[in-house]
Amino acid sequence: MKIDVGYVAELARLELTDEEKAVFQPQLENIVRYVEKISEVDVEGVEPMMHGRQLVNAFREDVVRPSLPAETALANAPARVGDEFLLPKIVEGAES
Amino acid sequence: MELYELGIKATRDGLEKGEFTSADLVKSLAARFREKNAEIGAYLTFDEEQALALAAENPKAVPIAVKDLINVRGQPCTCGSKILQGYVSPYDATVIRNMKSKGFIPCGRVNMDEFAMGSSTENSALGVTRNPYDTSRVPGGSSGGSAAAVGGNMCIAALGTDTGGSIRQPASFCNCVGVKPSYGRVSRYGVTAFASSLDQVGPMTKSVEDAAILLGAIAGHDEMDGTTPRDPVPDYEAAIAGATLKGVKLGLPKEYFGVEGMDPEVRRITEEAVAKCEAAGAELVEVSLPHTGYAMAVYYIIAPAEASANLARFDGVRYGHRSAASRDVYSLYTKSRAEGFGPEVKRRIIMGTYVLSSGYYDSYYGRAQKVRTLIKRDFDEAFAKCDAIVAPCAPTPAFRFGENQDPLTMYLNDLYTIPSSLAGVCASSVPAGFTSEGHLPVGVQFVCGGFEEAKLLRVSKAFEEL
Repeated sequence: MKIDVGYVAELARLELTDEEKAVFQPQLENIVRYVEKISEVDVEGVEPMMHGRQLVNAFREDVVRPSLPAETALANAPARVGDEFLLPKIVEGAES
Repeated sequence: MELYELGIKATRDGLEKGEFTSADLVKSLAARFREKNAEIGAYLTFDEEQALALAAENPKAVPIAVKDLINVRGQPCTCGSKILQGYVSPYDATVIRNMKSKGFIPCGRVNMDEFAMGSSTENSALGVTRNPYDTSRVPGGSSGGSAAAVGGNMCIAALGTDTGGSIRQPASFCNCVGVKPSYGRVSRYGVTAFASSLDQVGPMTKSVEDAAILLGAIAGHDEMDGTTPRDPVPDYEAAIAGATLKGVKLGLPKEYFGVEGMDPEVRRITEEAVAKCEAAGAELVEVSLPHTGYAMAVYYIIAPAEASANLARFDGVRYGHRSAASRDVYSLYTKSRAEGFGPEVKRRIIMGTYVLSSGYYDSYYGRAQKVRTLIKRDFDEAFAKCDAIVAPCAPTPAFRFGENQDPLTMYLNDLYTIPSSLAGVCASSVPAGFTSEGHLPVGVQFVCGGFEEAKLLRVSKAFEEL
């Protein structure tokens, strides 16, 4: 069992140092080896359990209600301009 | 007797009789905080001024310590993580709104393993919490701050959360009562998500009666959480009146008592607890939970998978830490998360991302969900033969700091609590005794079927009185 920790961390948008990769690699392989014991279980015809209690169609009344005011929602923003979150440029060539 | 030593019932009675006010309680707790927190570290913050303002609005309210992942408007909510340092909640979680309407106020933020991932509170990035019964040992986790605050008489009662044992194991380590409600009994709205199909908020208290009162105050349907059914909330306080073990069928899962790794003192205390129940009139029944041996594996697929998705929201965009070193949006994500998360959180995010990644989904997450169905069926079949299951809570008493270095060894702490979490049923931890050497507390676990909290509390209460 070999996990490409660098690749998976990239998928998770997590930058890892080489030291972290070296520590996590054997730990994760050990955990994965452990959890693979579920492959022994015969699950033919068994339905998956998604939640602690299966509920369907949990509807609520479709009424308009006030949401968080913009000022409140922006209060924890690391950077903002006016009523918007400020981010580095995403689209190449766009005005930033 | 100091006010901070009281539990919910005694506090509420005193408030009713006008013997003291909510403000008096807050002041007593604040003094206790100043005296004790440097040693125990149960609290991350205790804002006396804010608590007094809430007490002034509601002079008959009982103050409750809140695990630092439950949002209280105007208070910090760090989840024990550097990534949320400085964050201030914009709204109240439903459990907070509910308890405020039932005569409680939030009072202080208690420590926890970062994002509830851990069994010792050693994973908190923001402070060390020590076991009040032996400060060289951990308080358990992830609700270690809640347990230390209750066990160390630093609060009247506390709220914790339990995903795979995070209320029950620390309750056992710190000599308090802890109740993990059935999945869906308590709203998760405003509670920072770890593993959404497992997380539940529950009471951690000085007595079963207090747990019944606090659970009754927070439970119920919430239209902001689609997994909370409309089933009415029974009067738990009334339900425990005259509780007895006479004629109660107690199930002993043979798989739990056969395993290696159970500390001999835990085994002795659990067996004595079972014998006491029998002497009090309970009928012992052997039950079998044949898929127990797979529960840990199922949990360590499902919980990290759900965590990896839930923690994607911490990206440095709208709140939380943003890396000063980021150059573009990609590095803003990767560097903010690298700087903000601690090692256990990173490990679980990677584990979760791995089991959900292309080509592996069916063999890990998909398969784990099917085995989870089989674990649930084990419990259904066991509860056809008994009223409640009795089991150890944790395989050992509180261990020393740094004792469990290997992640997989640490995970084994939840051996007895994870199966019932996966099944979505309710369970409690009730103090059962102390180890002969070291005098460390050990709790016993009771488990009942889904939405059978009234029965669970009755059994727990009857045991507590033995």
